[in-house]
Amino acid sequence: MKNTKKKIGLFVCHCGVNIASIVDVERVAKAMADYPNVVFSTDYVYMCSEPGQKMILDTIKERGLDALIVAACSPTLHERTFQNVAKLAGLNPYQIEIANIREQGSWVHSDKKKATEKAIRICRSMVEKVSQNENLEPIKVDVHRRAMVIGGGISGLQAALDIADHGYEVLLVEKNPSIGGHMIQLSETFPTLDCSQCIMTPKMVEVSRHPKIKLLTYHEVKSVSGFVGNFRVKIRKKPRYIDPGLCNLCGECEKVCPQVVSDEFNMGLSFRKAIYLPFPQAVPGTYTLDIENCLGLLPIRCGKCKEVCEPNAINYDEAEEIFEEEVGAIVVATGYDLYTMDHLAEYGGEKIDDVVNGLEFERILSASGPTGGVVRRPSDGEVPKNVVFVQCCGSRDTEHHNPYCSKICCMYTAKHAMLYKHRVPDGNATVFYIDVRAGGKAFDEFYQRATEEDEVLYIRGKVSKIFRENDKIMVWGVDTLTGQKVEIEADMVVLAMSMVKTDGVENLLKELKIATDSNGWLAEAHPKLRPVESLNAGFYLAGCANGPKDIPETVSQASAAAAKVGDLFAQAELLHEPTIVPVIEELCSGCGICIHVCPYGARELDPVLKVVKVNEILCEGCGACAAACPSGAAQQRNQTDGQIFSMLKAMLKG
Amino acid sequence: MFEPKIMCFLCKWCTYAGADLAGTSRMQYAPNSMNMRVMCSSRVDPQHVLYAFKQGADGVFIGGCHPGDCHYVEGNYKTLRRITLFKPMLESLGIDRKRLRLEWISAAEGQKFVKVMNEFTEQIRVLGPLNLEEAVLDSGVR
Repeated sequence: MKNTKKKIGLFVCHCGVNIASIVDVERVAKAMADYPNVVFSTDYVYMCSEPGQKMILDTIKERGLDALIVAACSPTLHERTFQNVAKLAGLNPYQIEIANIREQGSWVHSDKKKATEKAIRICRSMVEKVSQNENLEPIKVDVHRRAMVIGGGISGLQAALDIADHGYEVLLVEKNPSIGGHMIQLSETFPTLDCSQCIMTPKMVEVSRHPKIKLLTYHEVKSVSGFVGNFRVKIRKKPRYIDPGLCNLCGECEKVCPQVVSDEFNMGLSFRKAIYLPFPQAVPGTYTLDIENCLGLLPIRCGKCKEVCEPNAINYDEAEEIFEEEVGAIVVATGYDLYTMDHLAEYGGEKIDDVVNGLEFERILSASGPTGGVVRRPSDGEVPKNVVFVQCCGSRDTEHHNPYCSKICCMYTAKHAMLYKHRVPDGNATVFYIDVRAGGKAFDEFYQRATEEDEVLYIRGKVSKIFRENDKIMVWGVDTLTGQKVEIEADMVVLAMSMVKTDGVENLLKELKIATDSNGWLAEAHPKLRPVESLNAGFYLAGCANGPKDIPETVSQASAAAAKVGDLFAQAELLHEPTIVPVIEELCSGCGICIHVCPYGARELDPVLKVVKVNEILCEGCGACAAACPSGAAQQRNQTDGQIFSMLKAMLKG
Repeated sequence: MFEPKIMCFLCKWCTYAGADLAGTSRMQYAPNSMNMRVMCSSRVDPQHVLYAFKQGADGVFIGGCHPGDCHYVEGNYKTLRRITLFKPMLESLGIDRKRLRLEWISAAEGQKFVKVMNEFTEQIRVLGPLNLEEAVLDSGVR
């Protein structure tokens, strides 16, 4: 074993009476004085205090100590403190170990003799450990100062803009033909009622013009490899069949295209052609040929659009491309979808024309929507005189649907009802709610305004059934405040559907290897203290991919994620914990067992030498491989099998 | 009364922190256990367990994070599989499988740590001291 001749000092802390009242600290110090390699042993009332630290510092220098044990509180509290003392004295910080004799000693036992005996055994084991500790230096890694943002909704745009304004290059990857996300579909936004298009489009243009942002719309992230600071990303470019540089938006192609399909931007409430511009303010401003709905790229089958395209922007030969990029940090802003109405059979399960979801109603209210902002119901285009709004559709229902609150529905329902009343002043708006959650700046005032100024009727209770009867939609519910059954003959019903994770996002997240919670939302590294980081270093979370959020919260989180990316990029190099598990090549048989055990893909077989090579940056030092290695070639630094055996012996013998 | 020696391997992120919490909450438990902090319960090699028995432990305890909560994604599942396979092997060596215990104890479960420690100490007390040499001879393993 290395360094068995170390000179070790032992410092036993009284912690006032916290330790000393149960553990006989003097006896511990005295008993340990004769232990092999221990050249100095003492006790002191408060080791972590200034005089305590000074005593340790001076003793290291005077006695020429090579390593030390502080027998005190849990290492979680003061390990760092004493490592710094060691550093000041010129020792490597990995030459100090803490013997936890407070949290796992004096505080949990009352038998003084036994607690003292246990403390001595703990000290002995730590002496055994530290006498075999190596000097270690943090592993340094270069940082690739370039970020990728996945998702071009408001959160992705904000994060990209902020990172770019910090002066770093950003790749913004969006799977759809245009950026804008769900926010660009909204009519007006609560609680200020400013028009979503008016505040969103300038941001979209800013992103497209920012010299540091490379906008990749109609692209998808295919795979990610590497590690924090050094990711390699494979990106798939979907063929648009149109050169955005040449397309002048004349719209002739759209006129001649014979294929009519439902328009996603208007939530299927209107139609578009197979060659289309998603919406007039789309960024980039270019038509896209939707190959799934196109009659076929062979000019012999159709080819009408190409014939009329004056600037000759259409290229049927364009093919899918896959290319690689290097980035140092990844912001995941993949957004949300709405829970589909077919989950709610009791509300018609998508089969009643005039029962719409919140986003559909946004399009109906929007000046750029299919009805030009006039509230008309989808079935016959009539202006509805009785509209019922149902909150919590699929939310807060642990038994059948989603257990969580979708957070924004109370506010947008109040907004919907209010906007409806502004458009149809003689109409009736009725809202069914469980509770109204209006926690947010100016939110409750907004809700009050809906009930008082705009005379929206709020009924506390759930709706049990919605069905069509002749040209009316019957809404059966209950008013739980009066206990009365309520029946409303409505012309139109708006369901505040629960927010859910983006459809299909799980495949991407699996590729990124980042964790989600039980509802499929991205999991934070810590729900309170690290809310915009993923546990996997180098990944940051923004917007609704992390859970339901309103726009101000989304924007704040996106800016916070961007600031965190800035933190990472501001470091000259990254430091990585060196207590990893390297391979002793002479012992490695190349069986590869450790490769499959590693959760981080940090180990691979060298094809020539037939031994396992370890990526020091990817290794997080869990030690699963060390336990799995049949030949003892995988040894965790400063917790080798040899150290564990010596510690076990020191604790258990005698 | 027989005072058993119990060796505990505690994962740094959950069970070790749970044991610390028992301390800060001043909960009391039998002083028979000795703790070793490991990065992950999956760091524990069956060899370590055997060696602990050889050095005089009467019982060995391994504490990890709850399934799904592992700091290293899936280490606790590996531990579960390893220990499940290892127990019959212990039996063939003449060591009662009840002498090895695996539990999921989170950083918030100081109370559970105390309960398990007391329970396990009692259980080992009932089993009596492990006389390894005799046990191995009795098992017929040469």
